[in-house]
Amino acid sequence: MAETATLTKKDFASDQTVRWCPGCGDYGILTAVQKTMPELGIPRENIAFISGIGCSSRFPYYMNTYGFHTIHGRAPAIASGLKLTRRDLSVWMVTGDGDALSIGGNHLIHILRRNLDINILLFNNEIYGLTKGQYSPTSAKGTVAKSTPDGSVDTPFSPLRLAVGAGGSFLARTYDKDMKHMEKTVKQAHLHKGTSLVEVLQNCVIFNDEVFEPVVGKENRHNTMIFVEHGQKMLFGKDNEKGLKLNHGTFEIVSAVDNPDQVAVYNESDPHFLQTFEAVGGKNGIPVPFGVLYREERSIYEEDVEEQVQSVIAKKGRGDLRKLLHAGETWQVT
Amino acid sequence: MKPETTPSPKSKQTIHGATVRFTGDSGDGMQLVGAQFTSVTGLAGNDVMTFPDFPAEIRAPQGTTAGVSGFQVHFGDHHIYTPGDKVDVLVAMNPAALKANLKDLRDRGVLLVNSDEFDEKNLTKVDYKSNPLDDDALKEKYRLIAAPITESTRRALAESGLTTKEIDRCKNFFALGLTYWMYQRDIEKTKKWLEQQFAKKPHLAKANIQVLEAGYHFAETTELFDAAYEIQKAHFAPGTYRNITGNSALALGLVAATDLSGLSALYAGYPITPASDILHEIAKYKNFNIRTFQTEDEIAAICAALGASYGGSLGITASSGPGIALKSEAINLAVMTELPVVIVDVQRGGPSTGMPTKNEQTDLLMALFGRNGESPVPVIAAATPSDCFDAAIEATRIALKFMTPVFLLSDAFIANSSEPWKLPEVENLPEIETNKIEKGESREGFKVYGRDAETLARRWPIPGTPGFEHRIGGIEKDENGNINYDPENHDKMVNLRQAKINKIADFIPELEAFPEQKGGLLVLGWGSTYGAIREAVLRVRSQGFSVSHAHLKHLNPFPRNIEKVLRSFDKVLIPELNSGQLALLIRGKYLIPATQYNKVRGRPFGIEELEQVIIDTLKK
Repeated sequence: MAETATLTKKDFASDQTVRWCPGCGDYGILTAVQKTMPELGIPRENIAFISGIGCSSRFPYYMNTYGFHTIHGRAPAIASGLKLTRRDLSVWMVTGDGDALSIGGNHLIHILRRNLDINILLFNNEIYGLTKGQYSPTSAKGTVAKSTPDGSVDTPFSPLRLAVGAGGSFLARTYDKDMKHMEKTVKQAHLHKGTSLVEVLQNCVIFNDEVFEPVVGKENRHNTMIFVEHGQKMLFGKDNEKGLKLNHGTFEIVSAVDNPDQVAVYNESDPHFLQTFEAVGGKNGIPVPFGVLYREERSIYEEDVEEQVQSVIAKKGRGDLRKLLHAGETWQVT
Repeated sequence: MKPETTPSPKSKQTIHGATVRFTGDSGDGMQLVGAQFTSVTGLAGNDVMTFPDFPAEIRAPQGTTAGVSGFQVHFGDHHIYTPGDKVDVLVAMNPAALKANLKDLRDRGVLLVNSDEFDEKNLTKVDYKSNPLDDDALKEKYRLIAAPITESTRRALAESGLTTKEIDRCKNFFALGLTYWMYQRDIEKTKKWLEQQFAKKPHLAKANIQVLEAGYHFAETTELFDAAYEIQKAHFAPGTYRNITGNSALALGLVAATDLSGLSALYAGYPITPASDILHEIAKYKNFNIRTFQTEDEIAAICAALGASYGGSLGITASSGPGIALKSEAINLAVMTELPVVIVDVQRGGPSTGMPTKNEQTDLLMALFGRNGESPVPVIAAATPSDCFDAAIEATRIALKFMTPVFLLSDAFIANSSEPWKLPEVENLPEIETNKIEKGESREGFKVYGRDAETLARRWPIPGTPGFEHRIGGIEKDENGNINYDPENHDKMVNLRQAKINKIADFIPELEAFPEQKGGLLVLGWGSTYGAIREAVLRVRSQGFSVSHAHLKHLNPFPRNIEKVLRSFDKVLIPELNSGQLALLIRGKYLIPATQYNKVRGRPFGIEELEQVIIDTLKK
């Protein structure tokens, strides 16, 4: 640990030139991760970044750790194979909305269900950037993109709502412009034992510029964003003058000044909060939630596997190849 | 009552070998009695080879030909190369089994049927207008033994207290008892096996034993059976033997290879016929350094294996054609990142879903070329069930020595077939080296794609090794592991990846023809056709023809001397259970005008069939 304490952000930057478009939200995320890494106290060689395909998936090239830039959608499966055999490593996965939710949707739900101790950073820019601007599975209905000149027809996913259904045990949202919040969220993800999914709202300056402005735009964001925290009242507005009240399974805006008692307290272990937010957030004045939206302590796949292995070894003893080959009905020829 | 195993009063003939096929409904337990017959025959000292033939459906409609399940056993006092072509004894538990299998029964062969099942209802199900057992032509052509198996079983267990349904489930052991008497097999071994199998349900063990004995005595006493057969022991090299199927041998080979490499291994798989048994078997060996991971799909399986390899373990995945097709992209990632992965393809009938339980050799070209870009991958093929053990070790050796994915081809035939296997001495198994970078090595001079001068393999720097942090991926890289799109670099890397695979030829055995290195005709094969080709070649040679056999274990790269061997013969014949995939390679690479012989019927070659093809080719 003594060695790692002296590491700084610079130690986590590789010698490769970062090649995202100027102004891309990815730069901010990279900085936040590079800044957070030294604080985690993990030797650099014990960190592996695994990615799929897409703009976000170039991320490992810029981290001076072990890195594997794999194929489209498959990072969860590759990361699972790695973590399953190398519990000593800190495994991070970087993916995008197309990579994680479209071509890799199957692997994503299964890594969440198994709950391997892997941290997933999902850069959601609601567009395919690397292939130059087609709508993605998180694009709002009606998105006009290269492949949808008349607007997209399909209904988008909420990544976090999908993840809660798949059994995700740590689900959080942050965004590319808030360095402090990103760092805090990344650290929380690291601390969680199990699969952590952090959705980072990330601006694609070229193909989907300002798509999140209605939510994160400076002017009005105190009304459109809410930073939730477990055990704290759900307050928002310029002076936290507004609160959210639970009403028949949905949220209702109340005055936190006049009716402070009506404001509900956020409970990160109750998935209904996340589910309700994902259904109504961003509509009718209900803000979009940021922070740790769901957290559950449950057993970790690779540790359960190891436990099973140890119990088999305790019962049968360590494998003996000769005995194994000679098992079953054998006969001698002399 | 102790059954007689002493010579019976009936006549006894000594024969050199026989082929018996047990057939019945898929729920009739034919696989079970076939396996018992095999086991007891192996213990009796005969050489033996088996072949199960079962429907893809777990329980097809009862009494229909779609639901017929078969198990064939070929055994004798000499080297047995195949499960046999024509059947000497056909056991048919119902009309559907008779209808589906009669064509394979030799003229004057024994047709042993459960006559109780030949009622109108069952006959109608398979469109028999009249009872074939009453047909004089049938009785003329075959030696019909119509035994009332159902009734006899019910009588034997009348006092057992079992329900009729439970009693009827025992009738396969009556049939087994009949065949045990016919071939003078030792009944005690199976009795012991039943006691172990039903240790928790001793009343069922007892019932099955009673029925087995009843069958044995029925054959002995009834007039229906005129003679029993005696078969001398076959000559085997001294050693310890066990019967093994290809899938079991492959599983054991992978466990052994893991052990020999000193690594841990991850076997990641998705259920698919006929490869699933390997997953089932390895899952039992958690006390070895190999873990199984049943993934969400085929792609995840190869990816998890690759993730394990990236982390310094041996990544393994197995599937069959449709699953391998799904894995192509990830296999290419292993090619590009030069990571060791063993990919087992237990081939089955294709294309698409094809015939999942049937056999073909139709994935050779997919293994070689079924990926985008220039993507050389070594390919190894197992020749017999027990050879799957050695092939698994060889595939692992190449993967680790050359830092490459390796294809190991098996098929539905050898996967499910069994033969006696002389157990290797663990001390004599080869040690398997790796290219791992150890902790404490200096990074000086290290390049991600730096290469060993002899093998052209790169080193294996694994996460957790201080000082060797680096990035790899599917994008073209330069020697240092940095992304590089330069035309010259790409050309160089494509050639290097190919050169590395070509280098493997220096580290594998040369091709040997058997028994002669030159002559009139060379029959060249690969994979599971080994036994049929070998036996056919031997038979044709005994008729005075100049013909030899060479069998390829390594299909990429080929052995260094392959062209020389091929050119030492006047003619080359390539029989394959596909439309000519190896023939295409041989003609294309060496411009040798090989004759091809192909069948894609979902079944192995017959020996007599190949014998004829060889003679025809020689005479042409």
